[in-house]
Amino acid sequence: MGKLHLSVMLLSLTNVKKTYATSEGPLVVLDGVTLDLGSGQSMALTGESGSGKSTLLHLVAGLDRPDAGEIVLAGKSLATLPDRELAALRRGTVGLVFQQFNLIPSLDVRANLSFQARLAARHDPDWCAHLADALGLTALLDRYPEQVSGGQQQRVAIGRTLAARPRLVLADEPTGNLDEATADSVLGLMLQLVSASGAALMMVTHSPRLAGRLDRRLHLTGGKVAP
Amino acid sequence: MNRAVIRSGMGALLSHWVRHPMQLLTLLVGLALATALWSGVQAINAEARAAYARAAAAVGEDTLARIVAVAGGPIGDSDYVALRRAGWLVSPLVEGRHRASGLRVIGIDPLTLPPQAAVSGAVPVVGGDIAGFLGGTRGLADAETIAALGGDGLPGVRLAPADGLPPMTVILDVGAAQRLLAAPGQLDALILAPGPHPNALPQHLALRAAARDGSLARLTESFHLNLTAFGFLAFAVGLFIVHSAIGLAFEQRRPVFRTLRALGLSAGTLTGLLVAELLVLAIIAGLLGVALGYLVAAALLPDVGATLSGLYGATVPGTLSIRAEWWATGLVIAVLGTLAAAGQSLWRLWHLPVLAPAQARAWALASTRTRRLQFGAAVALLAASAGLVAFGHGLWAAFGGLGALLLGAALALPSIMDAVVRVAQRARSGVLWEWFWADTRQQLPGLSLALMALLLAMAANIGVGTMVTSFRTTFVGWLDQRLASELYLTAASADEAARLTLWLRPRTDAILPIVSAEADLIGQPGSIYGVADHATYRDHWPLLQSVDGVWDRVADGTGVLVNEQMARRGGLGLGVEVALPHGALPIVGVYSDYGNPSPQALIGLVAFQRRFPDTEVLRFGLRIAPDRAAGLAADLRQTFDLPETALVDQAGIKAFSLRVFDRTFTVTAALNVLTLGVAGLAMFASLLTLATFRQPQLAPVWAMGLTLRHIALLDFCRTLVLATVACLAALPLGLALAWVLLAVVNVEAFGWRLPMQVFPLDWLGLFGAALLAIGLAALIPTLKLARRAPVDLLRVFAHER
Repeated sequence: MGKLHLSVMLLSLTNVKKTYATSEGPLVVLDGVTLDLGSGQSMALTGESGSGKSTLLHLVAGLDRPDAGEIVLAGKSLATLPDRELAALRRGTVGLVFQQFNLIPSLDVRANLSFQARLAARHDPDWCAHLADALGLTALLDRYPEQVSGGQQQRVAIGRTLAARPRLVLADEPTGNLDEATADSVLGLMLQLVSASGAALMMVTHSPRLAGRLDRRLHLTGGKVAP
Repeated sequence: MNRAVIRSGMGALLSHWVRHPMQLLTLLVGLALATALWSGVQAINAEARAAYARAAAAVGEDTLARIVAVAGGPIGDSDYVALRRAGWLVSPLVEGRHRASGLRVIGIDPLTLPPQAAVSGAVPVVGGDIAGFLGGTRGLADAETIAALGGDGLPGVRLAPADGLPPMTVILDVGAAQRLLAAPGQLDALILAPGPHPNALPQHLALRAAARDGSLARLTESFHLNLTAFGFLAFAVGLFIVHSAIGLAFEQRRPVFRTLRALGLSAGTLTGLLVAELLVLAIIAGLLGVALGYLVAAALLPDVGATLSGLYGATVPGTLSIRAEWWATGLVIAVLGTLAAAGQSLWRLWHLPVLAPAQARAWALASTRTRRLQFGAAVALLAASAGLVAFGHGLWAAFGGLGALLLGAALALPSIMDAVVRVAQRARSGVLWEWFWADTRQQLPGLSLALMALLLAMAANIGVGTMVTSFRTTFVGWLDQRLASELYLTAASADEAARLTLWLRPRTDAILPIVSAEADLIGQPGSIYGVADHATYRDHWPLLQSVDGVWDRVADGTGVLVNEQMARRGGLGLGVEVALPHGALPIVGVYSDYGNPSPQALIGLVAFQRRFPDTEVLRFGLRIAPDRAAGLAADLRQTFDLPETALVDQAGIKAFSLRVFDRTFTVTAALNVLTLGVAGLAMFASLLTLATFRQPQLAPVWAMGLTLRHIALLDFCRTLVLATVACLAALPLGLALAWVLLAVVNVEAFGWRLPMQVFPLDWLGLFGAALLAIGLAALIPTLKLARRAPVDLLRVFAHER
């Protein structure tokens, strides 16, 4: 908790609720979640399948809206932001890393790497080159996503996120599709680079081992933060 | 294979359509539309051909031989009497159009007409009044014609209904018909009863064998071939939709296929089940399509009828009968089209390994290798097209060349599109456009079928539009040259003609006799005209080629002018001697003669009268100052009590000719619009199909900070950009199509060649219409994307919830 007092508050969730309509009736996914995250901090979100981890990540990223409660990111309350400003927030403040990598198949590795940074008008070729080098992608820059391995794709996805210098990196099971050795190596790189960029990190994971490498850990059960 | 396994397998396959009703609808609508356009055209053709067959059968043209004059023209009553006396079982026949009523009048002798002629059985029952028939007061016509005439038929003739007669045709006793047609003592042919007959015919008469399909069927063959070709083009464009819908359904069911194979269904059984499923769908869509085709045909038939009547004098009923043959051909073409469209998918399924990845992938994601192969095939087809057009002979070679040109261009389109997008990618400015062009390249394989459909539809529109407008412009100019006289007068008899000319001589600048005789020219039925030596012809006649002093040669009877179709069909040029009745003459000029399918020759009036001394001069062109023409026409009518049709002014003939011309192309214009509509639908189907694959491609871009509205707008722009490139590619293709139609197909089909003229303003209008159609097609997928709930896109990222 020591770091929290030293860092500037970046993200705050208060009593956030989210329900999905299903054929069997409403399904409560998040039921009054409250949490804070400061700049430069890292937090692991753990929990059983269906506990609401990914939904929480999507709400924080501005990809979806809560039914109740408040999410404040970088001083802005997401509940009241129009679509255009939510999009701008995703471009400039948030960086997302997905389990399925979700690279853009029509662009080569070089273009994928710089894509979000250029969207956010924050493209720094030196920083991109440094990331490519640090992530071991320099030799792969002219290849297309389908021409590189899963671990390499995930490294491109991490590089794409960090190239835009986001204030908050949200990672949803970023190593879920990788074998253990590759997962360790990729996560190590990500933590190192996030720390170097000064960004905060919120990561969903099933692995207690990986969760243990982050500053804090929040366990969700039935849509609530476990005590 | 166990019946329960087959039932379960079929149930699993069919459940797909229950979950995807829109896809099922797209498939059925696409196939039904394709079948509708094809079977609509077939229905029109079948109706017209049935009318020709009825016309041929009425007086036994299809089964009975005839005796005709060697030199063409009429046979005298005396020939008939002489042949009967010599033991020939012949029956007299006279045919013509009655001027006042416009009815086709056929004169027969019921007492000698062989029973093989369809009408012979009806004659004795003319209201039980055979004497009335022989006396010329009773006639036969089909019930519809009698109802349509409502008592305003032929003066002094009561009509009784008879089955099997073509519309607007009246059967009369030969004497009565000769009177009505102003052809006393003249017969067109003698119908010969089957059986033994004397050997020798007089030298001026010849035996002509029965024509199974009738002369009208031969004359109109090229017109119907044109219609069939357009119907097939529309059908081919429709098949793009079917291919797209089937491809999607197969790709989405890949996991089901894999599961069924893993559960024990052999590749053969699975393919068989899918073929059975497709056959059921094809039959349902085919029935729907044939029914729709009936409506298309019913809407177009009056215009086709007017065209056939105007061009060939063929009478086709305005209403459509339901015929088993086109129901059958409609269903067969629907089934064959479905199997052709599904061929690629079925082949892939047959070769699908049991452990193939179950993930649906863009089924049309063509590899570079496939695109190269396509381009190679395109080059080969375009070369074949050039070869057929340059060296082929006949209408089928011309249409083969056209088909290869269109297919080759369609296959080349993906490579052209790829090259264009590559160039645009190089000129990129900003990350968004970089992504836009890269994404566009990725969408190309999925959209290429729809873009090919658009290319074909646009090219057909530009090509046919250019041909029609070139034709119209040339035709209008030609009419001005050809119809130089201010008034055209037809007398009912030689006596009336003499009185009319006597009255007209002091009141006109010139009276130009127009005489003609039927004759066999270059082995085909044609006509010879005689013209006076007058400045009207020297100044205006539309000569394409001529020798020096051409009109002097015509006037002094030492040269003949022939129409373009005769020169082309006979391979005749200037100076070549052409065989004419009573002696050959060298060709001194070739003139354009649009709208006439038959060979025609023109000689001086004096030479004509020497060769055809019995031909009466009943028609005249009158030259007078244009501002005095109306007054003279009124005076003439009042003085001689002339019927409306006896005197026609130049403007009236031009208006009539242009009306016939415009109706001729109403059908092709309608088919063009329908084809463009089908292409729009193909684009709509492809975009809907692609939308299901787009989610994983678009979700990351949305997650990285683009709004859905922005992405949807870019998608809309992409569709319009690609459609614009297809439209631009259609321009040279359409012009090539127009050139082949004007310079090859027209020459082969009708015997005349027209100068090609281009009308860029028309293209602009067409481009606007096409982009509007594509814009409308893209609107629903765009709106769906813009309004997509975030939860749909989140599914792309979510591996749990």
